[in-house]
Amino acid sequence: MLWNTLLLALRSIRRNLMRSFLTILGIVIGVAAVITMVTLGNGATRAVSDQISSMGSNLLMVRPGQRYGPGTEAAPNFKSADVEAIRNQITSAQAVAPVVSMSATAVYQARNWSTVVTGSNNDYFQAGNWELAAGRSFSETEERAGKTVCVIGDTVRDKLFGGQNPVGSEIRIKQFSCEVIGLLKAKGQSAMGSDQDDTVVMPLRTVQRRLTGSQDINRLSLSVREGASIDAAKDQLTLLLRERRNIAENEDDDFRVMDTRQIAETLTSTTKILTMLLGAVAAVSLLVGGIGIMNIMLVSVTERTREIGIRLAIGALEREVLLQFLIEAVVLSSLGGLIGIVIATAASIFLAGLMNVPYLFDPGINLLSFFFSAAIGVMFGFFPARRAASLNPIDALRHE
Amino acid sequence: MSDPALIRLSAITKTFGRGQAAFQALKGIDLAIEAGEFVAIMGPSGSGKSTAMNILGCLDTPTSGSYEFEGVRVEQLSRNQRALLRRHYLGFVFQGFNLLARTTALENVELPLIYRGEPAAARHAAARAALEQVGLAGWEHHTPGELSGGQQQRVAIARAIVTRPHVLLADEPTGNLDTHTGEEIMDLIGALNRDQGITVLMVTHEPDMAAHAKRVVRFVDGRVDSDRRNGEPA
Ligand SMILES: Nc1ncnc2c1ncn2[C@@H]1O[C@H](COP(=O)(O)OP(=O)(O)OP(=O)(O)O)[C@@H](O)[C@H]1O
Ligand SMILES: [Mg+2]
Repeated sequence: MLWNTLLLALRSIRRNLMRSFLTILGIVIGVAAVITMVTLGNGATRAVSDQISSMGSNLLMVRPGQRYGPGTEAAPNFKSADVEAIRNQITSAQAVAPVVSMSATAVYQARNWSTVVTGSNNDYFQAGNWELAAGRSFSETEERAGKTVCVIGDTVRDKLFGGQNPVGSEIRIKQFSCEVIGLLKAKGQSAMGSDQDDTVVMPLRTVQRRLTGSQDINRLSLSVREGASIDAAKDQLTLLLRERRNIAENEDDDFRVMDTRQIAETLTSTTKILTMLLGAVAAVSLLVGGIGIMNIMLVSVTERTREIGIRLAIGALEREVLLQFLIEAVVLSSLGGLIGIVIATAASIFLAGLMNVPYLFDPGINLLSFFFSAAIGVMFGFFPARRAASLNPIDALRHE
Repeated sequence: MSDPALIRLSAITKTFGRGQAAFQALKGIDLAIEAGEFVAIMGPSGSGKSTAMNILGCLDTPTSGSYEFEGVRVEQLSRNQRALLRRHYLGFVFQGFNLLARTTALENVELPLIYRGEPAAARHAAARAALEQVGLAGWEHHTPGELSGGQQQRVAIARAIVTRPHVLLADEPTGNLDTHTGEEIMDLIGALNRDQGITVLMVTHEPDMAAHAKRVVRFVDGRVDSDRRNGEPA
């Protein structure tokens, strides 16, 4: 009986190609939308957390900040002495990097590229989880004497040197030329969406002397030793800086200390909310697909009721008719679900490449939308049939 | 069994609707039909012929009265048992054909055999034979939309006889056809009755068609008005 009913169901699908196609289409669109959205959202979340872990999870960033209240003045920048003090007094700090940044145009032969020049020291590479792809970092003499040497990021290499090895070449920045001694390994986009590889790093003193012309330091990057408490380091750092900047007991800090975990949490929670939002939008399209199916089923219910009447009249049992319609609905909606999954996979891989986020297969959402679509198909395909099959054959035949 | 009747209707009534709107289409039908008979049912429009046929074909249930089929009380059967009775003993030809749309003649005729669980090869052979019998050899793969009314009616007859039913019930099988085609269909039904011993009950409006039958039952206003053998004086 099952085999025969399967045969009847497949014949009925073939016979009503347009209806079958529309039913499948509704499910395909819904399923593909939900899976693609959620997969891309997951990819974006992963991309953000990857970026953040590439920043180093034990990083502290210190910036001068405004104090609120009347009669405030811009908070002063940091000095080299602050860096020394931190290095000496905060034992859990592994790397302490002063950072001075400004944008400048780098020129090599006929090519130029506007980029960000950062003045720092070798601790900058350690704190920022940078690795060298070629060449070397700064020597102690270069740092102390402010030599015109630089380490460049992958984007700058690409724009100025193309496929050439940049190490040993001289690039020109503003009025001076500068030897490229190292090339950084590519990191890709930052969590905030900017290109981290679009960078030129020089010794702090070089930038201060040749570009900014002041002793100021814009911000500090610290990495905390493995196993040491980040919170404790933060507290010590705050205390030390308050003391050095002569902040009275009752006054607020005029600087801000942030750790990467805080940044990570806000950013990933944002993308997670975004994923949920996209998923919800897509779920609506699944629902719309379902309503489309219901519509098709309702339109065809007259014909189907008469068909059921014919089947009953020639001796089909109610349960055989129901089984046939159930199989039909399950076959159509699972087929739609499967096609939806295939399309979603292709679209996700393609769009993930386009958006520069990793493609992550999520079995949960695939299964969920598959079964949801199957349920919709069964609900809308099967229940109208159930009513018809419970009629007297003659009433089903007379249905208008 | 002492009772020789294949079909026995006793005091069958059928009321449609309820209360004020209630309408009694059958007001007590008594009718006995023996195996091998060819009975024409005639009568004015609205006299309850189709209603009676539907009850005889187990497509509808009477409001009261008893219907015995080969000694079995049909009104005591369950829905499924009535379906099995239709499947194994009855063939029904509708006035409006009632073929499955967009389905080939062969598949339409095969359908009752599928429900009977016949294996594919036997099914195809029987369906082809039935189509040939109604003069439709070569039309197996046409869908109802591609067939004329007479051809569709033949497919419907082929579907009704492919199971070799004990009883063939036909409600105005020639009602939609021209006289010539109608005659052909009547010859076919007559042959089925004569050569295969199938009991035939047929509703018709046309005396010409009724002339093929051996017995004519006349309905008037939900009752049997007259019941006579052909050849007997009116
Ligand atoms: N489903 C129904 N609901 C209400 N009334 C019905 C229904 N079916 C039939 N009737 C009524 O029952 C009466 C008998 O109908 P039936 O179809 O049996 O007549 P008939 O003799 O076959 O007529 P015709 O020759 O026109 O086909 C009619 O008056 C009809 O209006
Ligand atoms: Mg009628």
